[in-house]
Amino acid sequence: MTDATNNTPKSSLLTVSPRVKQRNAAEARFKMYGIAAVMTGLVFLIILLSTILFNGVGAFQQTFIEVPVYLDEAKLDKNGNRDPEDIKKVSTFGYNPLIEQAIYDTISAKMDKNPLAKAKEAKALISASAAAQIRDVVIANPDLIGQTVDFRILAASRVDGYLKDRVTRESIARDKNIDAVHLDIIDALRAKGIVKREFNWSFITGADASESRPEQAGMGVSMLGSLFMMLVVLVLSLPIGVAASIYLEEFAPQNKWTDLIEVNISNLAAVPSIVFGILGLAVFIQFAGLPQSAPLVGGLVLTLMTLPTIIISTRASLKSVPPSIRDAALGLGASKMQSVFHHVLPLAMPGILTGTIIGLAQALGETAPLLLIGMVGYIASNYPTGPIAGFMDPNSAMPAQIYEWAKRADPAYYERAWGGIIILLVFLITMNIIAIILRRRFERRW
Amino acid sequence: MSFVKLTASTLAIAAVSATAAAARDNVQVAGSSTVLPYASIVAEAFGENFDFPTPVVESGGSSAGLKRFCEGVGENTIDVANASRKIKDKEIAACAEAGVTDIIEVRIGYDGIVFASQIDGPAFNAFEPADWYNALAAEKPVDGAMVANTAATWADANAELPAVEIAAFIPGTKHGTREVFEEKVLLQGCEDTGAAAAMTEMGMDEDAVEAACMAVRTDGASVDIDGDYTETLARIDSNTNGVGVFGLAFYENNTDKLKVATMSGVVPSTDSIATGEYPVSRPLYFYVKKAHIGVIPGLKEYAEFFVADEIAGPDGPMAEYGLVSDPELTATQEAVANEETM
Repeated sequence: MTDATNNTPKSSLLTVSPRVKQRNAAEARFKMYGIAAVMTGLVFLIILLSTILFNGVGAFQQTFIEVPVYLDEAKLDKNGNRDPEDIKKVSTFGYNPLIEQAIYDTISAKMDKNPLAKAKEAKALISASAAAQIRDVVIANPDLIGQTVDFRILAASRVDGYLKDRVTRESIARDKNIDAVHLDIIDALRAKGIVKREFNWSFITGADASESRPEQAGMGVSMLGSLFMMLVVLVLSLPIGVAASIYLEEFAPQNKWTDLIEVNISNLAAVPSIVFGILGLAVFIQFAGLPQSAPLVGGLVLTLMTLPTIIISTRASLKSVPPSIRDAALGLGASKMQSVFHHVLPLAMPGILTGTIIGLAQALGETAPLLLIGMVGYIASNYPTGPIAGFMDPNSAMPAQIYEWAKRADPAYYERAWGGIIILLVFLITMNIIAIILRRRFERRW
Repeated sequence: MSFVKLTASTLAIAAVSATAAAARDNVQVAGSSTVLPYASIVAEAFGENFDFPTPVVESGGSSAGLKRFCEGVGENTIDVANASRKIKDKEIAACAEAGVTDIIEVRIGYDGIVFASQIDGPAFNAFEPADWYNALAAEKPVDGAMVANTAATWADANAELPAVEIAAFIPGTKHGTREVFEEKVLLQGCEDTGAAAAMTEMGMDEDAVEAACMAVRTDGASVDIDGDYTETLARIDSNTNGVGVFGLAFYENNTDKLKVATMSGVVPSTDSIATGEYPVSRPLYFYVKKAHIGVIPGLKEYAEFFVADEIAGPDGPMAEYGLVSDPELTATQEAVANEETM
């Protein structure tokens, strides 16, 4: 009698059977796939971040020209009485010739031969914002009239582009705004230290500018718009979201109504944001009569969008508090409400705050609903005059401002759109880091 | 209890101050994306030179802007609509229905529409309106019957053009530019080729001929761009054979990426448009609600400033940006000063 089992190879711990080999290979392959997937993701992330940095870093630097301007009394104050009302009558257009002359004289002084025939030709070098800048100084200090004052004015966007290699001598061949002569002057003045590339704070703090002066545009006002919107979102969605979750999680009976509500909250979280934008336009602006483009309306719309996120994360963190805590509180004679507010809610707070911050970060980067309530265009041009104006006056928001810049004709605005993305990303990363720290620090494991 | 009281009073104060703040103190403008650059330049200069806040300018297209303009009178409606075409009778009627009866029409100048392609692309250097009609018409009359357009390459439309696939990027129907394109290029081309005459012979009435002349093929050779010129530029950038329709000002800001074609032998420039030689140009307008003058601070000043010599004149910042200034600017200034309605 032969033993049937003798024919099959005996499995041993020392020799690897083909089946085991196959299974090990499958595991190794799967690990490889996993690593490949992670690497693909990382490569895309690196490409994305490096593109953003490469394109956007230029926006944080700007070209300035330092020039002494003679504030001619004959042009700025004809009556000679330094009356602010009279001085205001001279518009920015009255200041342009003075600045052009100042640049022309500087070129004559610093270069062996002035290549410009007329002072007016110097206009291509300077930003149109210079006139407004000098006019503001003169109105504030009328005594300066008649003196020569040093100003640091913005260079035109094409000059700035030349220093950043965006504009080249080849690319301006058919550009009627600037000539090769102007670039020669810039090279010469740069060598003398009159034209300088410096860090541009006004990109972070400034207001939006018109299409013809990208060099002046900044994110500051739209940042304030985003801030006021986030305040509205926080003040409305946190209490409403937490109250709704506590009721649903701790008090509501389990029946088909609460099931229905639960399903709908999950559905709402998946609704595309543009839908909330249309809702906001129809309800808040057309029906309730709230002002167009106001951060208040933007905040209300984004609140609708953020609420489901906050409710879902709050309920999850309430659920993770063990029932023993509630039982202990009830056992010691606490009422249901006391057990919730004194024990469950404090323990769930880190989770709730994390969810709120992530919801806010999501709302901060949202653009689509803002398109519909009129936040795209030349809007973020005035700083709000006070907290109420901050909520009610037309303003843009960071992502809407980026979208608007990306649309504009001048390529210099394209660079600013990338720069804006860097600022927005810094905000988002900061908020996410705060959320992670909160979770790490205060989260309790049971 | 005190917390409840505090919340209630805070809410009450917020509500009261909100209604107070709702009295709008800035001019609100919306409309054509072609006019937006000019309007933003004027708004910025207005904010710098006057004590009024800088007006708010939104874009969205001429039709969208006029639709919002005609929603009614009151602080929740816009004060000014920018348009790259004249307001239509239909829109005036819609306005009147909503109570917007006194409208001031202001012509700010002229804008050229240019046809440009990738700078390194095929040699699209000269176009005639007939080429565009032959390339883009939906149906053409052949031997007494309307036949679907079969032109696949530009050479099919005109043997002198490069034999590359037709890929035209034209403004979408919500843009005022589209109408000018249809009237001054497609309709003109339809007449030049004799197609219009052939259609009349076939017994079509005038409206039907016009509609057939301006119908654009929908088989993918022509793409409607509903966004701005930057979107058209992006399409051209990624398609060597693409030809796009742009505003002159946009082209002048992107001369390093685009090459412009002549139309009927004329190079588009502010000069050739001002003299009327370049055929595809159109006036730009803005419309002001007279009922808002005196209610919204700065509205009339804004309208007057927009057409002032130093802004809209031939040496002003708008002309610098690419606008062809209006030779009859003085008449416009007077009309605005007298608040002459349509």
